[in-house]
Amino acid sequence: MFLLIEQLLNGLQFGLLLFLLAAGLTLVFGIMDFVNLAHGSLYMMGAYFAATFVGWTGSFVLGAILALAATLLLGIALEFVALRHLYGRDHLDQVLATFGLILFFNDMVRLIWGPAGLALPLPTWLTTPVQLLPGVYYPAYRLSIIIVALLVAALLYLVVMRTRIGMLIRAGASNREMAGALGINIKLLFTLVFGLGAALAGLAGLMQAPILTVQIGMGENILILAFVIIVIGGIGSIRGAFLAAIFVGLIDTLGRAFLPDLLRKVLSGAAASTAAPALSSMLIYLLMAIVLVVRPEGLFPAAKR
Amino acid sequence: MKFKLNASNVLVAVVCAALVLLPVYSAVTGNIFILTLFTRIVIFALAASSLNLMMGYGGMMSFGHAAYLGIGGYAVGILAAEGIGSGFIQWPVALAVSALFALVIGSLSLRTRGVYFIMITLAFAQMAYYVASALSRYGGDDGLTIYKRSTFDGLINLSDRTQFYYLCLACLFGGVYLIWRIVNSRFGLVVQGVRSNEQRMQAIGFPAYRYRLTCFVIAGTICGLAGALLANNTDFVSPAVMYWTRSGELMVMVILGGMGWLFGPLIGAIVFLVLEELLSQFTEYWALIMGPLLVLIVLFARGGIMGLLGRVRRG
Amino acid sequence: MKTSFWLAGVTALALAQPALAADTIKIGFVSTFSGPTAVIGNDMRNSFELALDHLGRKMDGKPVEVIYEDDQQKPDIGKQKTEKLVQSDKVDFIVGYIWSNVLLASLKTAVDSKTFLISANAGPSQLAGELCSPYVFSTSWQNDQTPAAMGLYMNQKGVKSVFLIGPNYAAGKDMLAGVKSTFKGEVVGEEYTVWPSQLDFSAELTKARNSKAESIFVFYPGAAGVQFLNQYVQAGIKQQIPLYTAFTIDELSLPLQKENALGIPGAQEWVNDLPNEENKRFVADYRKKYANLRPTYYGAQAYDAAQLINSAVVAVKSDLTKKDAMKAEMEKANFKSLRGPFKYGNNHIPIQNFYLQDVVKDADGQLSLKTVATIVENDQDRFHDKCPMK
Repeated sequence: MFLLIEQLLNGLQFGLLLFLLAAGLTLVFGIMDFVNLAHGSLYMMGAYFAATFVGWTGSFVLGAILALAATLLLGIALEFVALRHLYGRDHLDQVLATFGLILFFNDMVRLIWGPAGLALPLPTWLTTPVQLLPGVYYPAYRLSIIIVALLVAALLYLVVMRTRIGMLIRAGASNREMAGALGINIKLLFTLVFGLGAALAGLAGLMQAPILTVQIGMGENILILAFVIIVIGGIGSIRGAFLAAIFVGLIDTLGRAFLPDLLRKVLSGAAASTAAPALSSMLIYLLMAIVLVVRPEGLFPAAKR
Repeated sequence: MKFKLNASNVLVAVVCAALVLLPVYSAVTGNIFILTLFTRIVIFALAASSLNLMMGYGGMMSFGHAAYLGIGGYAVGILAAEGIGSGFIQWPVALAVSALFALVIGSLSLRTRGVYFIMITLAFAQMAYYVASALSRYGGDDGLTIYKRSTFDGLINLSDRTQFYYLCLACLFGGVYLIWRIVNSRFGLVVQGVRSNEQRMQAIGFPAYRYRLTCFVIAGTICGLAGALLANNTDFVSPAVMYWTRSGELMVMVILGGMGWLFGPLIGAIVFLVLEELLSQFTEYWALIMGPLLVLIVLFARGGIMGLLGRVRRG
Repeated sequence: MKTSFWLAGVTALALAQPALAADTIKIGFVSTFSGPTAVIGNDMRNSFELALDHLGRKMDGKPVEVIYEDDQQKPDIGKQKTEKLVQSDKVDFIVGYIWSNVLLASLKTAVDSKTFLISANAGPSQLAGELCSPYVFSTSWQNDQTPAAMGLYMNQKGVKSVFLIGPNYAAGKDMLAGVKSTFKGEVVGEEYTVWPSQLDFSAELTKARNSKAESIFVFYPGAAGVQFLNQYVQAGIKQQIPLYTAFTIDELSLPLQKENALGIPGAQEWVNDLPNEENKRFVADYRKKYANLRPTYYGAQAYDAAQLINSAVVAVKSDLTKKDAMKAEMEKANFKSLRGPFKYGNNHIPIQNFYLQDVVKDADGQLSLKTVATIVENDQDRFHDKCPMK
């Protein structure tokens, strides 16, 4: 029982981390109709910035805030220099160009920070496990990820649904030309949204850095998961991304936790232990395929563009 | 097809002639490696051409095309590991399994559109990747070494570099010819019609879904052939050939060369792979140059290299 | 500009013809120099270069030319680079190979062309067994040997039960099989994780804690080792269940693992403080030549590979056509290895000692690895009788 609770928390935490990444992606994709493979690079930059700034300032929180600002600026600069010329182009052109950006960012990071990767150590108050229930311990830092991600999700929901900017964003998402005709400065809006997406990616990157590592190419594997999530959720839908992210996080973690034991009941021990990891990483893609076959536009299709 | 004297056609003619004459050059200068490099390029050009049939003419943006490279390769590798070395068995099996896989995933994927189609094809390719990784009997993640290339009863010896190169080149030209025939047939015209306006084609009585599915299966089968060739070329097959970045590279080749141009993928494959080889010789940081180069090509050379050179589409 | 670049490129390709095999010793070096694991390739290259410095950049009086090629950690690229080295550059020796799968893909090219290949790291079981070749030598180990030594150490410590965690690829399976081959206690659980994409080990760690095992054994090379240790410590398991490792903590990962790695034992055939003269000189000169870097076992193996090649070149007085004589000389392992003397088995895999290493703070207050004990002496891999060479 305790085992199940802990694994559920693990899944929830992983899902929420994925949500941070997917939220930015789905915003940019849904509103600008722009496929940004380089989103994973912004995630990587967020982690590198954080590791650098935390090293300089000696404070985790201060370093994280600086890193967020830096990723935001980087995102805006990137949009301004290259990506805004790609709006309205074929998705494939966007894929190709942002694929080029991935190559560029990976090698640039290697040039600046070296190939070894960086460490982002936690302050001591976050390193000790917390006792949630008698007998159920949970790492404090993972708990803080859950809290931060939930806060961001709530904030994002409020901004998009309750503020004027959010209204403009929604207007832009459902009908770009119309919004432009109504006198909204679409260019500025897009730049802001892109910057917001970049900052969210950076946040995801710096939040996960102490658990995983800060290294080149760290964005690529997780980027595919983020794409899976926004597709399952329905492109452009924050709510869809949120639910799909938690769903994917739970399925991935629970699959890894319980599938091997289930398989061992049917297969021989050795076969089960090698088949299980492959099978459990397949589960997510299987989920996506099933969702798309049943609902070809994802669970929560955004308003028709 | 009337031959028009323009930049793109001249380029294609020169490149094809150079490909045919390459073994002579290699023999005269003793530069064997250039033949090895171009064997690989020709195989990838075949795979990219099949993707072009799907993307450029059929309007189906598959992000999982590398799966067929793996399936074709594993068909050859697994049969070889089980002691069946004859190409007369290996290759038809490779093609049949690729076609079957394409039929299954195509029939499911084609229910979706646009980005969703891109992602669902990716999902199926990733599943194939993980299945291959779980084949511990055949090397699992580490891949499967093929100790003997396919045999064809003395008809052709694949271990001979020149013979194998010409076989690959023949497959490429054969594949491109087939694609050309398809594109200009009634079937091909319908598929292209579906790409530009599905409702209209449906309305005048063409079952769009079936036409697209057929196109999907043909493309997958051709790519399966490329997979069988690739496995023979590297004497090795591993799940890595199916990974999504490989599918991405195939797309890059198609777009770089010029999507919807018959010989675009060939040009794209040559430029991409030669550039990768050269840049990696000049500097370790080759991606620092390759990356922005791709961005520039997208920004300033719409329609890829062929688009840049010529105006006349599809002969 | 673009055209001239192209022309230059095409000309370079056209002119990339084999230089006459004059009086230079040509060595090809295949390793990973791009992507996240480039750090390993760089260390191997640094050490190889240092070995050449120590040899006066000459072997038997002949200048040495090394051509480095990046395999991008992909088997097919590694194979292609090996082909280039053999066919285009016509090298006399090929060295390197971090990854088992890259090595297995490249092996046939080297063996078919009768070019000597020296694996400076990868040690898949096939290489020790049915795929052994007169032209292939190793200056590292067979995958199972290191974890098997760890299993022996756990017996010595009286550990009763273990929970095994490792990545789901051939080396990972070899590693866990290696521990099981020697560990006498109970294996209460065995978990394989997806390689290399799995980032989060919380599910496995939770299971390990709930299994009530007395110990955990892991194998996670490179960045995954950093991730695993982070999560192991953050989950508070470090205070509860001791960890035993193979290839998880080294000088490359230690700066990132920091205090997390303190007191966690590992097994290795080379540790930076082994007390022989060659090793002292290697470590001191490495740290002098490459400021802020410390040599690793990957580098030590690459250094030994250079010395092994030198011994063969000297033995045949630079007549590199005498393949049999070179093979016979290399089989003697007649050079001063950084790990101390070792012998070659029939399969050209070293028969060598394995040491217990621990993470401690050194005199400068820096974290470093330290030899604690010799776990096993003159250990030979389990696959040598499957090798047809006698």
